[in-house]
Amino acid sequence: MEHSAGDAVGTAPGPVLDAAGIRRTMQRLAHEIVERNGGVEHLVLVGVQRRGVTLATRLAGFIEEFEGARVPVGRLDVTLHRDDLASRGLRSSPQPSDLPDIEDQHLVLVDDVLFTGRTVRAALDSLNDFGRPHLVRLAVLIDRGHRELPIRADIVGKNIPTMRTDQVQVLLEEDDGRDAVVVIPGGDRA
Amino acid sequence: MTTETTGTRQAGVSDAAEAATSAANVQAAPGAAPSSWEHSHVLDLDDFTTDEILTVLDLTDRMQEVLERRIARVPALRGHTVVNLFYEPSTRTRASFELAGKVLGADVISLSVATSAVQKGESLIDTVRTLRAMGADSIIIRHASSGAPYLAARHTNASIVNAGDGAHAHPTQALLDLYTMRSHFGDLTGKRVAMIGDISHSRVARSDLWGLTALGADVVVCGPPTLLPIGLDASQRPDHAQQALPPVQIETDIDRAIEGAHVVMALRLQSERQQGGLLPSLHEYALHYQVTAERLARAQPDHLLMHPGPKNEGVEIARDVAAGQHSIIEQQVTNGVAVRMALLSLLALGADGTGAATGEGGAS
Amino acid sequence: MTTLAIHNGRVIDPALGRDGVADVVIVDGRVARVGPGEGDAVVEADRIDATGLVVAPGFVDLHVHLREPGFEYKETIATGTAAAARGGFTTICAMPNTDPPLDRRSAVESVLREAESSGRVRVLPLGCITSGRAGAELAPAGELAQAGVVGLTDDGDAVADARLMRHALEYATRFGLPIAQHCEDPALVFEGHMHEGWVAARLGLRGRPSSAEETLVARDIALAELANAHLHIQHVSTAGSVALIRAARERGAHVTAEVTPHHLTLTHEEVAFAPGADGASNGDGSAYREIAYHTSAKVNPPLREQHDVDACVEALRDGVIEAIATDHAPHAVSDKEIEFDLADAGISGLETAFGATMSLVHEGRISLPMLVERLTSGPVGAWRLDQRPGLEGLGTLSPGALGDVVLLDPDAEWIVDPDEFASMGKNTPLAGRTLRGQVAATVCEGRVVHAQAGVAI
Repeated sequence: MEHSAGDAVGTAPGPVLDAAGIRRTMQRLAHEIVERNGGVEHLVLVGVQRRGVTLATRLAGFIEEFEGARVPVGRLDVTLHRDDLASRGLRSSPQPSDLPDIEDQHLVLVDDVLFTGRTVRAALDSLNDFGRPHLVRLAVLIDRGHRELPIRADIVGKNIPTMRTDQVQVLLEEDDGRDAVVVIPGGDRA
Repeated sequence: MTTETTGTRQAGVSDAAEAATSAANVQAAPGAAPSSWEHSHVLDLDDFTTDEILTVLDLTDRMQEVLERRIARVPALRGHTVVNLFYEPSTRTRASFELAGKVLGADVISLSVATSAVQKGESLIDTVRTLRAMGADSIIIRHASSGAPYLAARHTNASIVNAGDGAHAHPTQALLDLYTMRSHFGDLTGKRVAMIGDISHSRVARSDLWGLTALGADVVVCGPPTLLPIGLDASQRPDHAQQALPPVQIETDIDRAIEGAHVVMALRLQSERQQGGLLPSLHEYALHYQVTAERLARAQPDHLLMHPGPKNEGVEIARDVAAGQHSIIEQQVTNGVAVRMALLSLLALGADGTGAATGEGGAS
Repeated sequence: MTTLAIHNGRVIDPALGRDGVADVVIVDGRVARVGPGEGDAVVEADRIDATGLVVAPGFVDLHVHLREPGFEYKETIATGTAAAARGGFTTICAMPNTDPPLDRRSAVESVLREAESSGRVRVLPLGCITSGRAGAELAPAGELAQAGVVGLTDDGDAVADARLMRHALEYATRFGLPIAQHCEDPALVFEGHMHEGWVAARLGLRGRPSSAEETLVARDIALAELANAHLHIQHVSTAGSVALIRAARERGAHVTAEVTPHHLTLTHEEVAFAPGADGASNGDGSAYREIAYHTSAKVNPPLREQHDVDACVEALRDGVIEAIATDHAPHAVSDKEIEFDLADAGISGLETAFGATMSLVHEGRISLPMLVERLTSGPVGAWRLDQRPGLEGLGTLSPGALGDVVLLDPDAEWIVDPDEFASMGKNTPLAGRTLRGQVAATVCEGRVVHAQAGVAI
């Protein structure tokens, strides 16, 4: 369901994560990524266009703070691999994909919200075009449930219970002018 | 204009509702989304808006990146059938469409119809209908008759792409020319493009003219008077038809045409023109209209040399300049695949699908 | 004795200078009396109430393609003459480009026989100028004249060879036949498919230049003057041709000319653009953004430019062109719904001729009596058809003339629907357009051969 601004005004709750919350969550995610990898060796972060790329870049920044090492960051666009492309159309123009060498690397795929799992499936497909990583882990800021495919995240910033029809919006300073995660309740399927 | 930056990013929103609206906007149009696309067929560029042309060129950038991947294949058009229906021989255009379809995961079928087998053309409508009945989603047509793709488009709901019709139009060649020029100059506004040769019979020149003028370039066409069509010059048109063709400068003197040009495009000269009494000889043509290093000295120092191919070296273009440092003829060929990928995907998928938007847009 | 009385119409009979409300009485196929109240004096008669309608002599068309024999899938004598009746034409001149062509007595006679048995209106055939229309040797003009042809033409093609044309003109004088020439020099036409100009440039189509017509008009006028012969210029389409014909007439040359409804009303823009497209209307040329390849507007000679149309209208008004002729050229869908350069040229014109040319009257460019004149006594006079045995008074409603009458509703609006045509040729650029001016009924030799619903008979 799409929602007009008018729908949202009456029911708009406060953000489920504010700027400070996002910052803390991201720092924790960065630590977990390094910990799960046993260091930064072979580590490559790949963000899914568009906000996943922003998050991956931030994670790389935190990792550099903690570890003093620069982790390569790639960006991946999955538009042309989506299984719902025929119904969506090229609504959002494909963004560039730009990946470092991923052959035999320990790749962490980064996205903002994990929902049906279809974007992740498309991302895994798309990665095949670029090489064969040693392993792929998935890190997301928000897991909101309602999976339609057997996919789960290895590293989760925050689990948020939602209705199927709710919208979860991740707003990021770089893309949207400020940091916040908001849930807009879905209307007619209570 | 690029895909990366547009005014759709909104900052300083004050409450969640506004923020949500703003985010929804961003998702609907993340950086120049191809919202400008109204075509179910691609017949010529004359009915393309500037935004639509830019939409194709921007998407071509993305397709170019796909082609550079280790495995250049995406499933975007899986389940779509693309048919190449070529009534005229062609190697590069046909191969380019085939490759474009295959990289996008479409099923591609190529049919060459010997012109001798075409009886009075009623078979074009029959053929197109039959192909559609067999599941063709897009039909790429090359035909010796000007307007043949328009006829096909009236008789099928498959998407028709004009891959060259008679002396009329060649929109995909024009788009790859535009893409190639834009990748060198960024913005074509005010750039002077000189097309030299057989303007009358050139479908490339016609389509390029529409595209170039839409992007703000100044076009000069140059050829012997026998190969310049009557009516192209605005002075040969009545007042009410001034804008029925793009504005163009017309020259018969190649030196004047090349003077100050940012791009010089030599057009293929068919040897039949000599038999038709339009030219005394190919030698005479070369003497007066061949693009040579000496003549190119009048162009801008950083000029580009283009040719839609296949070229007759030593006739319309000198061998040394065709292979010289200003020549981007090879790039034109390379870019052809990405342009056609962009067009095929826009035709098959549209710029705005029917899918609902709940929580999607990169977040799943 | 059969009598038909047409009551109370506005009778326009240009040759006799009549224009006023009157009755027309036809007895046994010939005009008996014309005058106010004349119909009331007749005791026993079929009657038509023509109140509010114009009553005029039946139209005469110097240029019709009936396609039979040889191309019966495009048109037959039966369907073509039925189309003529619907268009108000009671006399039509049939072009000889059939298969076999009308280049010998037997072919002409078979057309006349078929017209006698299946024709709705009178058919006057023309014969070929050259054998087989091949442009190489003269056809037997004397034999053709005896068979009943009213003129000679290789229409569809010009006689390109100047020497042969000269001799054709000279030879035809012996039999009093006009030589009707389709003036387009094949060398200049080459592979052209429409008027050479900006629309052709836009569409990437090879053009047929105006000069292809004008050079032959000029040449043939000179040859006609040399031979002291009667030259008839078919379907004049350019301002240059008009000027040449005007000058020749002023010199006293025996040159007559016809113009088609489409060359009087349409331009080459019809080929590419939707009706009414006009860059001036919105100033940004957007009306010219979308093109098409309308084969329905493909015709030879091609539709020209506005100044040519204007010159043709002016020549019609001045009498430099004395006849409107349809060049009715029916084609099957399979000849037209194909690639533009492969499509046959021609417009199915009989049934729209009056409605189309009435636009000139409504625009005030010519008067209604003049339009009627150019469709009746104009063409008759051009070829002196009324001097032929049996055709005395043709094109007029003079007593003793053939009882050919057309009833016209000059203000009736109707939408052109080719599916309603009697002609098998549905090929018209006017499909879907509204015309103002309709043929209400047609009477040929006292018989009603066409009547719109609502006409009281």
